[in-house]
Amino acid sequence: MEFLYLVPIALALGAAGLGAFMWSLKSGQYEDLDGAAERILFDDDDRPA
Amino acid sequence: MSCCAAGSELLAIGTQAQNQANEVLLASRAIGDGIHQTHLSVPGIHCGGCIQKIEKALGDLRGVERARVNLSTKRVAIDWHSDSAPPPLIETLDALGYESHLHDTIADRKDRAPGELVRSLAVAGFAASNIMLLSVSIWSGADPDTRNVFHWLSALIALPAVAYSGRIFFRSAWSALRHGHTNMDVPISIGVLLAVGMSLYETFERAPHAYFDASVSLLFFLLIGRALDHLMQDRAREAIKGLARLAARGALVVEPSGTRTYLPVDEIRPGMTILLAAGERVPVDLRVMRGRSEIDCSLVSGESLPQPVAEGAVLQAGTLNLAAPLTTVALAAATDSFLAEMIRMMESAEAGRSVYRRVADRAARLYAPMVHLTALLTFAGWMIATGDAHRALTIAIAVLIITCPCALGLAVPMVQVVAARLLFERGIMVKGGAALERLAEIDTVVFDKTGTLSLGEPQLVGSHSIELDKLAQAAAIAAHSRHPYSRALTAVGSALFGQRIELTDIAEHPGSGLEARAEGQIYRLGRPQWALADGAGVSPERRTGRVVLTKNGRLEAMFDFDDRLRTGVRDAVKDLIDRGIAVEILSGDQEDPVRQLALSLGVPYVGRVSPAGKVSHVASLAASGRKVLMVGDGLNDAPALAAAHASMAPASAADVSRNAADLVFLRESLVAVPQAVAIARRAGRLAGQNLWLAVGYNAIAVPIAILGLATPLVAAVAMSTSSVLVVANALRLRQPRQAARSPDTAGTGALVQQLS
Repeated sequence: MEFLYLVPIALALGAAGLGAFMWSLKSGQYEDLDGAAERILFDDDDRPA
Repeated sequence: MSCCAAGSELLAIGTQAQNQANEVLLASRAIGDGIHQTHLSVPGIHCGGCIQKIEKALGDLRGVERARVNLSTKRVAIDWHSDSAPPPLIETLDALGYESHLHDTIADRKDRAPGELVRSLAVAGFAASNIMLLSVSIWSGADPDTRNVFHWLSALIALPAVAYSGRIFFRSAWSALRHGHTNMDVPISIGVLLAVGMSLYETFERAPHAYFDASVSLLFFLLIGRALDHLMQDRAREAIKGLARLAARGALVVEPSGTRTYLPVDEIRPGMTILLAAGERVPVDLRVMRGRSEIDCSLVSGESLPQPVAEGAVLQAGTLNLAAPLTTVALAAATDSFLAEMIRMMESAEAGRSVYRRVADRAARLYAPMVHLTALLTFAGWMIATGDAHRALTIAIAVLIITCPCALGLAVPMVQVVAARLLFERGIMVKGGAALERLAEIDTVVFDKTGTLSLGEPQLVGSHSIELDKLAQAAAIAAHSRHPYSRALTAVGSALFGQRIELTDIAEHPGSGLEARAEGQIYRLGRPQWALADGAGVSPERRTGRVVLTKNGRLEAMFDFDDRLRTGVRDAVKDLIDRGIAVEILSGDQEDPVRQLALSLGVPYVGRVSPAGKVSHVASLAASGRKVLMVGDGLNDAPALAAAHASMAPASAADVSRNAADLVFLRESLVAVPQAVAIARRAGRLAGQNLWLAVGYNAIAVPIAILGLATPLVAAVAMSTSSVLVVANALRLRQPRQAARSPDTAGTGALVQQLS
């Protein structure tokens, strides 16, 4: 039972991952996957649409 | 004469630019703060360099707030200030060398299902993995206290996850039940809800078995199937929407007061005077009041040669004005025009076609009652045998969980996604799984001629027998015209412009040809009757289009044009016949060209068929028990495309036809047709295998569950293995077993390798 504190940590990490995915989905980072691969090579400052 | 013609040319160009700006305005959408957004589809975008070039050029235009390229969808979104006229977006892209088309923003953004599916999938995945982790420690022998804490934790994760991710299934199951029938989602919903309910009860009772892991991972697997199905349809829909639109969006109307306004097609009323520039599509049915020109009817009637028109001629909506501006009067509103009539015919043809039930739905109709009956019988059996209601219910629910159509839900979509991907690599877009299933069943292919077997654009024939300097001379003159024959000449001759040929006083005589002066001589390029000094004696109109080049009325050279065949026509037809598929040609063009082509291919044909005739021909084939694949591109094919069991259209097809077709092929080669059939047939076979695999899984798992041996561990292992098995089998479709047979493996194979 002394390792039970790991359970909430695991859940929190999982939830953080889920949250990050939802955020990236919402902020349009999957709108143009091919474009993102090319844009990383541009020098000018660029953010997702 | 010549100065007058030059003036009208200028007018035509000016009007066209104006019309383009108006079209941009009509297709844009206000997004607030005085900013309009326009979407352009630019098929030529293919690399990072394109992105930078286009964004820079468009961003530097006056009035443009922002331009953003999307490389995946090959589209540009432009925000511009609406206080000024629309910026010259299309012209700018043209100057950069990119062809672009306006993209309707209004029609988009309707379907929000994919986003919801992906979010549900993410939540189910998160919940399933975490509950599984907890379950593994339970299975490996946690003591009762720990087990109970873990069950509570699982419940805490599972309940919101099932509520969120499961609603897609619950909604669909509910609406099916309310209408008194059942679908695959009914057993899924009942199984998941009962499993969660029972597990909650077990958790309260501190019992050893809870099925939270099974119910959530079930949702996860099923959502994968659903999401794949949707992504496939979306991708095809996007790709097809990005193609050129061929219908007119509006027209330049001259009001009685003399002012000119650009009106959307819907607002055009009969009796309005319309200026039709060269190169414009006819918006509604029109009658020519002034001017002479030539009309390209290939998309509308299948006629392959340009038709001369003069005062009094009637133009059908959808035809293309080739040569010179025309002053016309509208005969009908858009809703009464030829195009609208075709759409109405298409709808009635579609309604007449028997409703197609997808394979998975057919399986579900058998499956759902059987599952429920088995569960009920299990419950009854255990009740009679032991009299223990709790135990009987637990085992009956375990049966429901284990029979939940996890593999069945993946069996068909997985194969179809792989098939759609294979087709996509060959430049073929499928509109959905149902289309693929229908395509696998066909036994007859009916081809349209113009635009489908042929390209619908003329090509110079026998160019090697023409003296080069004369060809160059003709090409130099032809470069000043947009007529299809001129373009064909320019295409062949432009490579030969060795020394620059000085031309002056160039004039286009619509319906006749071009006249130009060089070194004091008068050259004419056009119809023999007009160009030759003694042209009146020439016998009129041959089958192929013939154009002559004359110097001061004397013959210099003769050019014959013919409609060019698509590449791979012969191979495609032979391949289809080898597969045991009957092939026919059904064309609206004149009898003669259709017969020549049909004879050379060795297939039966019918010429001069009306759009209604095409539909009734397809319907009569269907009535005699044949499953017809219709391949066509014209407006006149659209009703037949909708009537056929399955349908295919080239990317160059009219908008309506492209939307009616189940599949659209983007490459020029007709080999796409047998390729699509072959892949669809193999996909059909594999989907069948997968369904049998799922049945076999049930044959093993159900007895175990009925005997009361299906612990959560057994359920989890059984479900996962069956799903993995089905997915692995679907991936076998990628093996190029039959590709070696297809005639153009060299070309396509190499291209596929480059793509992937």
